[in-house]
Amino acid sequence: TLLETMIKQQVSVITADGRVIIGILRGFDNAINLILEDSVERVFSANSPVEAVPLGLYVIRGDNVSLVGELDPEVERRMDLSRLQADPLRPVVT
Amino acid sequence: LFYSFFKTLVGKDVVVELKNDLSICGTLQSVDQYLNINLNDISVTDPNKYPHMMSMKNCFIRGSVVRYVQLPADECDTVELQNAARKEAMQSKSVAATASAAAAGGGGGGGGTGGHGGAH
Repeated sequence: TLLETMIKQQVSVITADGRVIIGILRGFDNAINLILEDSVERVFSANSPVEAVPLGLYVIRGDNVSLVGELDPEVERRMDLSRLQADPLRPVVT
Repeated sequence: LFYSFFKTLVGKDVVVELKNDLSICGTLQSVDQYLNINLNDISVTDPNKYPHMMSMKNCFIRGSVVRYVQLPADECDTVELQNAARKEAMQSKSVAATASAAAAGGGGGGGGTGGHGGAH
């Protein structure tokens, strides 16, 4: 069982540099290179509301992927981004 | 070796700490040869600090970003694991030794036959 179960669903990708990109997983391969449709980056900062940056169709190289999480569309719909504030994620330290 | 070890932990609750300091608690759903981990029913151990995952129930974690996998002490026989790891280390050391000996022997034989032609 791998990313196959998440294909065609909305996922949240955490990248090695600490970015959060949300999109519909269209494809992947053994190196975890990903194809994300309608991707949006969520920018968090400690003192301003979350900023959403639309990006379109993205290919993310597997080297850069930290985590791929399946998002619950119900919870997503109800989530109010303007109230969310948090420190940005750290980049991965090797 | 550790791939087999993790396969025995499928279904158990673990906490995965990533190299970006994120800690995620969940049930080990599956693991693969790269030690990529699929976690079910996840909860972030400090949700206030990391709200990014509020709507996430399952996730796939790349093996290369895992710093630690925390498990309850009773899920793992450390002595058995130590012995198995030691055995595997010895095995790979002897395999490497025979491989380099074969390579050295092959190189020496080729040089010897080349020298014979020069005598004529």
